Amino acid sequence: MRRAISRMAHEIVEQNENLGDLVLTGLQTRGVFLARRLAGQIHESTGREIPTGALDVSMHRDDLHLRKVPPAVKSTDLPVGLDDKTVVVVDDVFFTGRTVRAAMDALSDFGRPRRLQLAVLIDRGHRELPIRPDYVGKNVPTSRQEHIRVQIKEEDGVDEVTLDKREA
Amino acid sequence: MNWTRRHLLGIEELSAEEITLVLDTAASFKEVSTRAIKKVPALRGRTVVNLFLEPSTRTRISFELAAKRLSADTLNITAQASSITKGETLKDTARNIEAMNADFVVLRHSAAGSPRFLADRLNAGIINAGDGAHEHPTQALLDVFTIREKLGRVAGLNVLILGDILFSRVARSNIWALTKLGATVTLCGPTTLVPDGFRKMGVKVTHHLDDALRDADVINLLRIQHERQRRSLFPSIGEYASLFGLNEERFRRTRPDVLIMHPGPINRGVEISSEVADSARSVILEQVTNGLAVRMAVLFLLNGAQPRNPSGEGTPTGGES
Repeated sequence: MRRAISRMAHEIVEQNENLGDLVLTGLQTRGVFLARRLAGQIHESTGREIPTGALDVSMHRDDLHLRKVPPAVKSTDLPVGLDDKTVVVVDDVFFTGRTVRAAMDALSDFGRPRRLQLAVLIDRGHRELPIRPDYVGKNVPTSRQEHIRVQIKEEDGVDEVTLDKREA
Repeated sequence: MNWTRRHLLGIEELSAEEITLVLDTAASFKEVSTRAIKKVPALRGRTVVNLFLEPSTRTRISFELAAKRLSADTLNITAQASSITKGETLKDTARNIEAMNADFVVLRHSAAGSPRFLADRLNAGIINAGDGAHEHPTQALLDVFTIREKLGRVAGLNVLILGDILFSRVARSNIWALTKLGATVTLCGPTTLVPDGFRKMGVKVTHHLDDALRDADVINLLRIQHERQRRSLFPSIGEYASLFGLNEERFRRTRPDVLIMHPGPINRGVEISSEVADSARSVILEQVTNGLAVRMAVLFLLNGAQPRNPSGEGTPTGGES
C-alpha cells in the first residue's frame, strides 16, 4: 500500500505543475486518511504543504431511499475555498462511481474548482456512471459478488486490502 | 448504532445511544449552514408539512428552514389559517394532508399525546414539535447539543432548570435527555410551579434559588406559561421576578463559566434581566442556530428509516464507491 500511495503522489505532482492551486479532499472515512498520506508524500518529495480536507457525501447520495437505515454522517471540513483550485478527490475503493458522483455534487456547493481529479487506492471495476479515475493505486478485477475491504492503520490499526467472496 | 425510528414523539422513549447519534449527526449538519450553497439534496422529492395548531415562531421557522436546507418541499398550516377553525378534527386534517402524499408531519398541538395519535393513524413520519405540557423533543436535543458543544460533555454536569416547570414540555424533555446522558438535574421555582412529584423523574427539587445557582454549570431558564395557567399560581409577575428572576445581582453569584440558556421567547425583566440575556455567558442565540442543525439531523435520520420502495431491497455497500 505504501508503494502505491507513493507512486500516486508522484503522479499527482507530475500532472499538476502548479502545486499552489492543489487541494486534496478525502472522502469519509478512509479516503480522508489516504488524502493525508498523499499530502505527506508530496510534502516529503517537494517540500510543499498541500491543503487537505475531508468530505462526507452521505447527504448527497442517490441511494438514501434504498437503505433500511440512514448512513452515519461524518464531518465535512474543507480547509480553503475551492474556487479556481485543482481539487483531487481521494477514496479507497472505486466501484460503481456513485460515491464520486455524490462528491462532485457536494463539492460544487463549496465553489467552482478549475479542475477536479480522482485518486483511488483500488479500482475494482463495475462502473455504473461515466466516471474514470486519474490516479489508481491498483486495479483489482472483481466480480460483483466479491467484497473489497480496505483497512487503514489510522482507522483500523492495520494497512490491508482483502478480497472476500460473499453470497450474492 | 443504527437509527430505526420512523417518528420522533418524545425523548422519554429514546436511549442514550439514540440521543448521542442525533447529536453526532447534527454536528455534521451544522457545517452545511456554513457552505456557500447552504443546501443538500438528502430529502429531495419529500414533502414536510408543518402543522402548527399553537402559536410558534422559532420552532416553525427552524423546521421549515431545516426541511428546505435538505431540499424537501414544505407546507405550513397554522390554526388560524386552516379549516380547524371550521370544526375539522385533527385526524381529518391530517388525513387530508396525507392524501396529498406528505412524507412528514411536524405537529405542534396543545393536547399532550396528539403526535402519538397521528403516528398510530397515518403513514407519514410524525415529529413532535411540542404537545401541550408533555414533550418538546427537538428543543431538548438542541439544548443538550449546545451544552455538549460548549462544555465538551453532558455527563456529570449540574444543570439547573429554573421557572415554570409544571406547564413546561421543554422541562420534561430536557429532564429526560439530561438524565439519560448522565447529568444531575435540579429544578427550582415557586412551589406551585415546581411540585415535588418531579423527584420521581430522578431529579432534585428545591425552592432555594441561591444554593441552586451556586452549584450550576448550566442554568436553563423557562418562561412563565400564562397561556396554560387556568388560575393564578403566584401572586404577581413582579413578585416572581424578584424571587426567581435571574437578575444581575444573582448572576454575579453563579460560577464564572456558567452557561445561560433559554428556549425563548424570553420575557426580559421577568425570568431573566436584559444584562444577563445579553451577557457573554448567554448562548440563547446559539441555541437557535443549533436548533436548525438538530432538526436537519432528525429529518435526515427519520427519512432514512421510512419504509418504502419494497422492490429496492438495498445493497448498501458500505465503504465502497
